Amino acid sequence: MSLDYDALDLARFQFAFTVSAHIIFPAFTIGLASYLAVLEGVWLKTGDEGYLKVFDYWKTIFAVVFGMGVVSGIVMSYQFGTNWSVFSDKAGPVIGPLLGYEVLSAFFLESGFLGVMLFGLKKVGPGLHFFATLMVAVGTLFSAFWILSVNSWMQTPAGYAINEAGQFVPSDWWAVIFNPSFPYRMVHMVLAAYLTTAFVVGAVGAWHLLRDSTNRGARIMFSMAMWMALLVAPVQLVAGDMHGLDTLKHQPAKVAAMEGHYETRKGAPLILFGMPDDEAEVTRDAIEIPNLGSLILTHDWNGEVKGLKAWPKDQRPPSALIFWTFRIMVAIGFAMAGLGLWAAWARWRGRLDVSRWLHRAAVVMGPSGFLAVLCGWITTEVGRQPWTIYGLLTTADSASPLAAPAVSTSLIAFILVYFTVFGAGTFYILRLMAHPPDSDVDISAIGPTRGAGITPALAVRRGPTGPST
Amino acid sequence: MVLDLPFIWAGLIAFAVLAYVVLDGFDLGVGILFPLLGDKTSRDSAMNSVAPVWDGNETWLVLGGGGLFAVFPLAYAVVMPALYAPIIAMLLGLVFRGVAFEFRGRTQRAKVLWDASFALGSLVAALAQGIALGALVQGIAVENRAYAGGWWDWLTPFSLSTGAALVVGYALLGSTWLVMKTEGDIQLRAQGIAKVAGAGTLAAIAAISLATPFLNPAFLDRWFGWPTAIFSVIVPALVAGCAYLLFAGLNRNAERQPFFAALGLFVLCYCGIGISFYPYMVPPSVTIWDAAAPDRSLGFLIAGALVLLPIILAYTAYAYWVFRGKVDSEGGYH
Repeated sequence: MSLDYDALDLARFQFAFTVSAHIIFPAFTIGLASYLAVLEGVWLKTGDEGYLKVFDYWKTIFAVVFGMGVVSGIVMSYQFGTNWSVFSDKAGPVIGPLLGYEVLSAFFLESGFLGVMLFGLKKVGPGLHFFATLMVAVGTLFSAFWILSVNSWMQTPAGYAINEAGQFVPSDWWAVIFNPSFPYRMVHMVLAAYLTTAFVVGAVGAWHLLRDSTNRGARIMFSMAMWMALLVAPVQLVAGDMHGLDTLKHQPAKVAAMEGHYETRKGAPLILFGMPDDEAEVTRDAIEIPNLGSLILTHDWNGEVKGLKAWPKDQRPPSALIFWTFRIMVAIGFAMAGLGLWAAWARWRGRLDVSRWLHRAAVVMGPSGFLAVLCGWITTEVGRQPWTIYGLLTTADSASPLAAPAVSTSLIAFILVYFTVFGAGTFYILRLMAHPPDSDVDISAIGPTRGAGITPALAVRRGPTGPST
Repeated sequence: MVLDLPFIWAGLIAFAVLAYVVLDGFDLGVGILFPLLGDKTSRDSAMNSVAPVWDGNETWLVLGGGGLFAVFPLAYAVVMPALYAPIIAMLLGLVFRGVAFEFRGRTQRAKVLWDASFALGSLVAALAQGIALGALVQGIAVENRAYAGGWWDWLTPFSLSTGAALVVGYALLGSTWLVMKTEGDIQLRAQGIAKVAGAGTLAAIAAISLATPFLNPAFLDRWFGWPTAIFSVIVPALVAGCAYLLFAGLNRNAERQPFFAALGLFVLCYCGIGISFYPYMVPPSVTIWDAAAPDRSLGFLIAGALVLLPIILAYTAYAYWVFRGKVDSEGGYH
């Protein structure tokens, strides 16, 4: 059975679609789980009910987002086999056990303690409840660790041999897990998740401050989020730069495509904007800064930077796409750092809670983390084409022997279902966010919200073991 | 029978899938029965009884799939394309029912829509799992480390009947779970449903057990050849025992016994499939040892599994303990 070109494209698009839809949820829940742990920790330490209210506010939203992350994640764990069976057979012995560890150390931990975190405060008391919240947060980080190790191994394979059946088999687990690009990718992605969450929390805080600048919950949210923007966004810029330099070392073709470089040259310019044309092998209408490209990439004014023409045409990633996704991501990174500085200045002048233009900017920046995460992943994943396992196994050789109609039917089903279901979920989340954090939620307005615990503030105050205030 | 890493792993994967079937079985069953449970209060109670644990239950499915990928990559690579349509249907069903837990509490107007999404999603997921199981039991054609059959091979009268059987079986688990976890009107309804579903499950077990040995000469030999034919006496006897406990429990209004008897039926059927299958991972040609990843992969993961699985079982048990006892339409969440 031969795989025709159409089925391969459809399978690629299906994976791109399902994984893009999925990454949005963990990018948010990794950060939000840690944020919830911090909020509950502050509440337990200070006894300040304001933090518990903010905790309950975000816990409800976390439950909805996490539910969507779970169901879209189950899909991913089967997509390898349904659409990429040859890849699964060949790479299974190396990456399978890493995924196995993700399930055992992360998914069970998250889901096992999630129920207690969402519904169990009164049943188990604050101490154990805080422990459950911590376990959920730790679980999300373990999950990121393993899945990013898998992805990094596919980008920079190490510690493997190839057996007589043509499978990749492990020869050194340490080298497999801590493969060359993993530490950079891990730091870059976890910081991205934290920033994504910070900007969502900041936007919600800002939105409510615009209506009522005395709202205590909104103040807590906005202040904490802007501290994160100030401190983490610059670190992320540095981490991203280091990740880029590591990519240059292991995947120079990807970097050439990101930069729109077709010619190999010494003293290469930095192309700020332009239109890469992969057919004509030239970046049109380029606005460039001479020599800066070499300086950034090689830390040498006249360093040599490889262009895409150094690789045969069928081994080049498409520059036209990732040139732009990369720039959008970087621009958002700088904008985040900028907002952090602006907020710090407002804070210094005592105007953090009343600076309306700052709040408006923060609202606009609310979804920017998701866009940056998606653009970053498109850059790194499209940039490693035409390989699934870099330099070793091509995407075309990885796919299942499926016929195009089977793949297109399932693709259409995924698109319809995801847009309907996750569209509804997004609507519910926005509606939850529209409620001011301090006020008690008007239950009749949105339905019986026992769902994910809007009430525990009261329950805990009455509870036998709750801290007295 | 050799006690080597592939064998141990086959046991662990089998355990994960069994854990999935019984745990998500009752919570899918609650979904399947959702339209039959009466008014809104009853449905809220039913939902509350599984809300804190459904996510953990479905994680066993990820372990089954992820574990297969990790330790039997060939089986994973062959089975998934062979069962493409039912697997995709199952995943989409799980999407619809999984999000319903949170979504239905977030809206007044569209609640009925998410109730339907919960019920239909659960039904489709259960049916697809049953069909996939039946198709696997029938056997999957393999050539050159890849699926070599057609796109509709999974669809046969046999696989459709296993699909229907699993729906009825999950309904039994769900109804007996509700007998245990609820009280009042909904408990009475669940009791009535459990009797019907119990009879249906037993009929399905009988029919499928009689059909299975004739699908594959190896199965026939296993059940009627010496010494393994001894299982042909033991397993049905134990099934009869569980069936007695199930109905006796339901008739004397016992609250826990029916659920555990129903679990017993599932475990026995599962053992029956295991007895048929051994030593195959993907009948009729791929054995456990053919499909296994190299020992280095199996050994690396088993170290973690031996440490982590007991911990997982401990905190899963803890979560069930925290939410033990009866739920009502309000109380389940606090």
